[in-house]
Formats: sequence, C-alpha cells, structure tokens
Amino acid sequence: MKLEKIESKIAVLPIDNVDTDQIIPARYLKSISKDGLGEGLFRDWRLNADGTPKPEFVLNKPEAKGVEILVTGDNFGCGSSREHAPWALVQNGIRAVISTSFADIFKGNALKNQLLPVVVPADAHAELLKSPWAVVKIDVVAQKLTLPSGRTVEFPIDAFSKTCLVEGVDELGYMLQQEPAIAGFEAKRTGSVNTLQ
Amino acid sequence: MKPRTIVEKIWDSHVVAEKPGAPALLYVDLHLVHEVTSPQAFTMLRERGLKVRRPDLTIATMDHSTPTTPRDLPMLDTVGKAQLDQMTTNCKDFGIRLYDLKTTKQGIVHVIGPEQGLTQPGMTIVCGDSHTATHGAFGALAFGIGTSQVGHVFATQCLLQTPSKTYAIRVDGALRPGVSAKDIILAVIARIGIGGGTGSVFEYLGSTIRSLSMEERMTICNMSIEGGARAGLVAPDDTTYQYIAGREFAPKGADWDAALARWRQLPTDHDAEYAHALTLDANELEPMVTFGTNPGMGIAISGNIPDPASVADPIEKSDLVKALKYMDLQPGQPLKGHPIDVVFVGSCTNSRISDLRAAASIIKGRKVNPKVRMLVVPGSMQVKKQAEAEGLDKIFRDAGADFREAGCSMCLAMNGDQLEPGEYSVSTSNRNFEGRQGKGGRTFLASPLTAAASAIMGVVTDVRTLL
Repeated sequence: MKLEKIESKIAVLPIDNVDTDQIIPARYLKSISKDGLGEGLFRDWRLNADGTPKPEFVLNKPEAKGVEILVTGDNFGCGSSREHAPWALVQNGIRAVISTSFADIFKGNALKNQLLPVVVPADAHAELLKSPWAVVKIDVVAQKLTLPSGRTVEFPIDAFSKTCLVEGVDELGYMLQQEPAIAGFEAKRTGSVNTLQ
Repeated sequence: MKPRTIVEKIWDSHVVAEKPGAPALLYVDLHLVHEVTSPQAFTMLRERGLKVRRPDLTIATMDHSTPTTPRDLPMLDTVGKAQLDQMTTNCKDFGIRLYDLKTTKQGIVHVIGPEQGLTQPGMTIVCGDSHTATHGAFGALAFGIGTSQVGHVFATQCLLQTPSKTYAIRVDGALRPGVSAKDIILAVIARIGIGGGTGSVFEYLGSTIRSLSMEERMTICNMSIEGGARAGLVAPDDTTYQYIAGREFAPKGADWDAALARWRQLPTDHDAEYAHALTLDANELEPMVTFGTNPGMGIAISGNIPDPASVADPIEKSDLVKALKYMDLQPGQPLKGHPIDVVFVGSCTNSRISDLRAAASIIKGRKVNPKVRMLVVPGSMQVKKQAEAEGLDKIFRDAGADFREAGCSMCLAMNGDQLEPGEYSVSTSNRNFEGRQGKGGRTFLASPLTAAASAIMGVVTDVRTLL
C-alpha cells in the first residue's frame, strides 16, 4: 500500500491530549485479531450507553461521511501504547491526523499503518480549527499541506518513514535484510547478554 | 571523549547498524510480552513463516485480561479467556517462557521483571505496554512499543529507532511525613503537563531520588509516560545492586562481578549535557491528588480545583471545562473531603510489597468506611505470598477490604474489576482518563497512603491527619 496524496474534507475535534483510551476503550482490546476494531473508535464519545449515536459528536455529523482527515488538539494519542488506536482510525477511513504535536508511541504506530501524522505550526492549526469541513490537500512526497485559504505549509516527516509510506516499503523486510549485522553484534556481545534459559 | 548521559551510553552500546537516511537498528536485551498487545504480532509471524529469533530473551505473562478472583474458579469472560488461551498457544508454538495463571510467578509484567531479576542495569527492555519505563528504575533504557514493533522484535530482536532527547529531572531534599514517591511523580507531571516530555527520556536525579528504595524508584519511572516521555530512568547505585543480587535471573559468581564492573560505568558523566531540565524541592511537596481527566491535572491535597476562567488558551480552557463536567466538580473548591465510592490499591505503579505495607499501615486497627468498596490487588503472586506471610491480607480483610489475586485489574478495567458509571475512586494507578476504570467512572489518582486514608474516611483525605 502506498500513501502519496490525500485530498479530503477535515473533521475538527478541538480537544488537546486525546488519549488512546478515548480513541478505543480497553474493553475492545480483548480481540486477538484486527477485525472489527473500527467499531470501538471513539466509542464513548460517539455513542450513548444504549448504542445510539450522539448527534453532537463530530464524526456523527452528516458532513463527516467520507472524511479522511481529522484535525485535533495538541498531544494527540497520548497514554497507552495500543496500536488498536491507529487500526480503529484507519478502519474508519481516516488517513491523516493533523495536530500541533503527537505522543511518541502513537506517532510511531500510525506511521506503521499508513496513517499520516501531520504536525503544523500554531497559525496553520488555528486556521484549520476555524474551517470545519473545508477541503485540504496533503502531498506526502513534497511534505506540503494546502490549507483552506490556499496557503501552503510544510510539515516534517523523517526520511525513512516517508519512503515507507510513499513506496510502500516493508519495514520488517528491511530489518530482516540486516541479519548478518545482527548476528555479528550478538557474537561480539556473548557473555554480557542476559539469557533466560 | 564527549561526556555522555546514561541514556547515551546505553544507546551507543546497543546500536547494531546505522545507515544514512534510516533510523538506527537498536538491539533489544529483554522483550516482555503480555496477552493484549501480542496476538496480532504472532499472527504476522505465522503469515510470514518467521520464528521468534531469541525466545531466550523473551518472557511472557498474563496480566491485563486476567481475573483477580480465586484461581480455582472458572473464567466467565469467554472473550478474555480466548485471549489467554491464545497466549498459551502462541508461547507454546514459538518456545517462549510463559508465567500463566497456574504458576506462582504470574503477575503484572512490570512487577515480575524486576522481581525475577530479569531487569538489569544498562539493558534495553521493551514491551507492548507504555508503562515499560518502570524498568528504568534499574538504569535500563526501557520503553513501550506498538504491536507492529512487537513483531519486529520477535523476528529480529531489534527495533528501528532514533535517539531521544535527554531531560534531567532533579529532586533534592527530604520528603515530609505522608509524602511519597507517587506524590513526587504526580507533582512532576502537574508541573510539565502530560505532553511535557514528548520526544525525551527522563533521567531522575538528586538526593531525594538517591534516597528512595527500588520500589519507590519504579513508581516514579513507571509514570514517565504520563509526562509524555517514552522512557525514564535512574542511574544504578548500591541500592540497585543490593536489590538485584541473588534473584533468579541475576548474574551469579564471576558473572556477577563482571556485571557489577560494567554497571558501575553507566552513570552519567560529569558535565554531560541535557536538552531539558527541571528541579523540584522535595521538602515543599505535599500529598498530591488529581482532579481531572488526565494525570497532569493534579493538585496538592490542600489545594483547590483550578478555575477555567483563569486559563487563557481557548482549547486548554475548554478541556478543563470538559474535565470538570465529566468529573462533576466545581472550580475553586477543595478536593479534600469529596465523597468517594471505591478505593483501588494496585497497578504497575503501586502494587508492590512496600505499597501494600504503606496502605496496611494506615488501615491497621481501623475499618474501611461502610460506603466504600476497597480493592487491594497485589502486583504479582509473589507479592501476594509475601503480603500473606506478613499478615497484610488479614489487616485488609479485617478492615473490610477485598484482597485479590494478581493482575492489572481496575487500572484499566479489562477483567471485570471496574467502576460503575458515576462512581468516584481514589486509585493508586496511573491514569484518570475518561472511562479508564470503567465506563463513566471518575478517578482521583493518589499514593497508597492517601488511598488508604480515603478508604477509612470515605472522602478524599489528607493522610497526614491519620499518621
């Protein structure tokens, strides 16, 4: 799978520190596969106790149909390391999240699932917060985000993650190719490594 | 040579390969595995025909979905049971040592690692769990990873990583009575906020940290992630070595001497530089308690709940309004004296024997308030056994508390131990997020001493009034 360009309306969730327990509550983590995790996305913000939707929640609005980009507050994805969070987002069609910052573990997990974390400066973020459902464009190769006003801002992404996204590189495959280096490292360290058995 | 921090020393000694334009390949010395974040990684191994490269450096336990009811009772949660059964199959198929519910060594993954002597200074330790930083108390570089990375470590014993910045958190001075390690870390997080350490590894320094026991250091390192840092550590010293010596997986004989010589090289060099720094005076600290829906929303027990009117940033302000609405609390009011329904003593933050002793010291000779349900959940079956040997179980039970089997329990409410909607708990765990301890539940995070005092009084209590 490759991720080069995204053009979509934005859903705006103007909340800081959205933790992964909100993105998908722990009770959805008993699954031994990835199937069906999308149902847990923002479960307790999205649905009432009886399972009926909360009409005021952003992803329940009629405009949210087909939305691929979520704009949110600072430090998105903090808390638990559960990769179920990006899995649930991706299963609901989200391909990019835009914020002023992301929690470290979430950011790493997102990039491994073709979900793009886009960090933008405060002024661009302010414009996005004021423009719910406006269309923005993301060019992953050029690392550019075109705002609703037409202004373009650059966003950071490390070279390796970008290559993985754009070219669909298999990260584990890349690591497995380095087996000789790993074996060499282990041979050198014999005696200083813990062993359990 | 340029002076290095302990984090830089551990990093340098674990880089397997570094290629331009790619993160470093970092070797992992110890991989801890539990039932919730591993099944999809095992599936990936099967799909690709891969093995676990170093089962001898991998160890598994069951903790998150695990019931804390007596072990001879049948497990009623069929979905949870299927997850535990899958764990058994996975470990058998891939040759991984598993501490399952039948063993005397089962427990929370971050409790049993140190307990068995698996956790040692200078190691890189990972687990599909954000509280892996706990092991940093031993001067190890320990951090949480996602399930894709669990698969990477299974297959290669390595991770692709970029170095983190270093963040010095210095705590000096003597703690006052009733103030504990939990209060230190809650105060740190209240100061820097839950995103304050993003991109960093904390190194905890200073005379206060040095004076703490290993279990107290674990409590502090455990909550590094609540300050945004993936890892946090304390350089090893004699306290560390004394704790490790003689444990099952600790080096023995000549290996011990060699290990000790290596470990003594780890502490940060004089004049090494940190990217960030924070200093705290331990003597000024009071018992801490959180009022909101993230661990950074903490106040001293004598303090008042902040007023959104005094917050300038619009999102911060609306988040505070949202938190107070969820918690049904009024700004400007004290939290002390607020009625509670449940007290939970447990979790990888505060479920070790010293935590149980601290709680028992307050409970002894008193009764849990009749309006309060108190759960005491040891972090491991070894901790439980030790507590029973010391008669702590009897102290808790005589007071009306429930003393249970080991597991994560009500910290994340996956196993049936949970708050009812609207209930308030004082909890020794690490997260007060909305619904974390059960849908609609409301959590006040605090130390074992504060939790025990609150259980007796039935309201959020300043433990110093009961000392």
